[in-house]
Amino acid sequence: MNNQISKKRIFNKIMNEYRSFAILAIILLFASIISRDFLSLTNIFNVIRQVSIISILACGMTFVILTGGIDLSVGSILGLSGALCAGTLSAVTSWSGSAFLGITAAILTALIVGTVCGFFNGLFITKGSLPPFIVTLATLTLLSGLLLVYTNGAPIRVTDASYMFIGKGFLFGIPFPIWLLVIVYALAFFILQYTTFGRRVYAIGGNKEASRLSGIDTKKIETYVYALNGFLAGLGGIILTARLGAAQPTAGSGFELDAIAAVILGGTSLSGGQGFVLPTVVGAVILGVLDNILVLMNVNPFVSDIVKGGVILVAVLIDRKFKNISSKIEG
Amino acid sequence: MTDYILELKNITKTFPGVRALDNVHLQIAPGEVHALCGENGAGKSTLMKIISGAQKYTSGEILVDGKSYVFESTSEAQNVGISMIYQEFNLVPHLSVAENIFLGRLKTKNGAVQWKQIYNDANEILEKLGLDIDPHKTVSSLSVAHMQMVEIAKCLSINARVIIMDEPTAALTDEEIRVLFDIIASLKKQGISIIYISHRMDEIFTISDTITVFRDGKYIKTLKTQNTNYDELVSLMVGQSIEKLYPDRAYQKGEVVLDVKNLVGKAVNDVSFQLYKGEILGICGLLGAGNIELSKIIYGATRKTSGSVIKDGREIKCKDPYTSIKDGIGLVPDDRKNDGLVLMRSVKENISLSSLKGISTNGFIISSRENTKVANVIEALSVKVPSPEHIVGNLSGGNQQKVVFAKVLQASPDILILDEPTRGVDVGAKAEIYQIIDLLTKKGKSIILISSDLPEVIGMCDRILVMKEGKIVKEVLKSEATQEIILSYAAGGVV
Repeated sequence: MNNQISKKRIFNKIMNEYRSFAILAIILLFASIISRDFLSLTNIFNVIRQVSIISILACGMTFVILTGGIDLSVGSILGLSGALCAGTLSAVTSWSGSAFLGITAAILTALIVGTVCGFFNGLFITKGSLPPFIVTLATLTLLSGLLLVYTNGAPIRVTDASYMFIGKGFLFGIPFPIWLLVIVYALAFFILQYTTFGRRVYAIGGNKEASRLSGIDTKKIETYVYALNGFLAGLGGIILTARLGAAQPTAGSGFELDAIAAVILGGTSLSGGQGFVLPTVVGAVILGVLDNILVLMNVNPFVSDIVKGGVILVAVLIDRKFKNISSKIEG
Repeated sequence: MTDYILELKNITKTFPGVRALDNVHLQIAPGEVHALCGENGAGKSTLMKIISGAQKYTSGEILVDGKSYVFESTSEAQNVGISMIYQEFNLVPHLSVAENIFLGRLKTKNGAVQWKQIYNDANEILEKLGLDIDPHKTVSSLSVAHMQMVEIAKCLSINARVIIMDEPTAALTDEEIRVLFDIIASLKKQGISIIYISHRMDEIFTISDTITVFRDGKYIKTLKTQNTNYDELVSLMVGQSIEKLYPDRAYQKGEVVLDVKNLVGKAVNDVSFQLYKGEILGICGLLGAGNIELSKIIYGATRKTSGSVIKDGREIKCKDPYTSIKDGIGLVPDDRKNDGLVLMRSVKENISLSSLKGISTNGFIISSRENTKVANVIEALSVKVPSPEHIVGNLSGGNQQKVVFAKVLQASPDILILDEPTRGVDVGAKAEIYQIIDLLTKKGKSIILISSDLPEVIGMCDRILVMKEGKIVKEVLKSEATQEIILSYAAGGVV
């Protein structure tokens, strides 16, 4: 009897923490039955490359959501830093005549712009004691406006081949964005599991007041988390601009929702304090695989959002069900 | 055939690792006031939740009028006439008194709410209770006492036959308590039974007909109030002689370690005192006296407006918890669930929360160092946990409190401020916590103990400061401390 309960508990624990892996497995099985093309290496790389930007955004979003916050502005931050990246690239390259200098300056610009935007989000949220939802809703609008003004509504072209490598190139046969994705997630995993910063992130999301009374500078940590999120959005902007060969005036719009969806599919609790970063990337891949299957099945692209929304709902329902069961068992 | 309106047989409730209730019995006769007594953690609140349908039991039987029921929800319990009034009321503040009384049961005719009838009915119930409350008033404009009356009216409106009152007098003045007791007496006459939970012994002896005592989740005894007395009741509740509960103090006055001068802040008005090395200094007062607030100001959780705090001859800023911990001050907060612990995280993570610097190098946690330190403190405080990875929220109150202690101690403070350190902790763990406190002072730490539990203050402290309205009104030495003396100064009856 006891043994049975503990087995059940382990099963529920797995379903709780690694649910996204199970869902992905089911979807992969389904996909490989429907389409023989699906399991080809090219297709799989293609899918992961498609979701690499969303995955990177979702990684930062996981930190934000773990602290109990939300960031709706990442899409706009991504768009703006991507555009400034493209602008800096052409300006510095033509000024200095060196492509290397141009690329370095462009990348630094995007990362700094992203980090600064995120930092300001954090400042308004912590020092201004404002709800993250409202602050980032405002910066979402503000920054996408800035993007339109900066681009003047027209795409900024990028032609430098070595810059475009970031979005389109292959390293050891694997698309370059996937390398970036792996590095970002490896670092994020390490930070959350093995650093004091990670500990503090979980603690703040779990109980902010108790964390403060335990001597944690909650405002500082929260601000850092939003800055980190902005930094990753800046990185996303670099990749997107490189992949498209241009910075679009509407780039990044709607990305925040996909990123949040990936985090939720990954099982991170929206109220903070509980969750892991690796399931988030699986959540992003689930979204990508769904898109991919629907394309392979020749489904009307307009339908794909309906399916994605449905899958998110079902995933959250399953989540609730398993949480209820495990909480019943544990009392 | 049955004489009881409500009967509980062999009720057992288990949580993981804890048996909250163990084969508990309870028999409520019609028209009686039945007091439930027991220390914190004796299982009273769990039992009440089970009777009112808010929580399910693991095994046993509940009989109402001799018929067995299993309540799936509070509304099912209400349907058979069992209603509970919680300490924090279940009222909607911005709705009217009448709307609150009939909340969720507004009478309608063809879909239209019959407001006139509702206000009439509400008036009738309030008059029956002898209350002069306008049913049109919004609840938020009422006094706490009147809110409680509205709760009672609500119970009557659903024809409750058993009303459970959890610490009903906690926030009432003496006059309001008298009114409440009058109402209880009139309810009794109408054949309504009251299950009365209170920590105030005098009230229990005034109002109750029958007393049932619980201890550590077990049924101990049911007594007629007239056949028992204070001493018998306490010994039944505690289950051991009180001398054993508190350690023998061997305190010798040492040097001053903390010198608080003219401290002013929220609810604290010009407080000065000194704390000596190795001393346990109690600070007590009635609700709102400012003693809890004082502790939070010294710890830096709330800012002081003026005054100074000097520790070991050096002025400390009391700016925020982070600086205070660095200055060697630790706080065990009074509200462990909201202020003390991150309930959803593990024991280990909670214990390390205030001492992350000590287990890390350049921000990287050294797992081996952390595991050793955590294991050591778990053993030293004998925290009962299956493993350090166990989620804190699933532990019993006493073990949760020990985890808070462990967390605070990991930061190696010289001065510990303990706010209500044994609230919601069972007797066994209480004694252990007292031992820990005593041991800490022997190791040279100094302690400020803030507690509303007077026997605890008297049993533990070497010196007691009594606060009233944000000021220290009296210093009492251990040798002369009695509950009466402390209370008389706290209430301000003595000039």
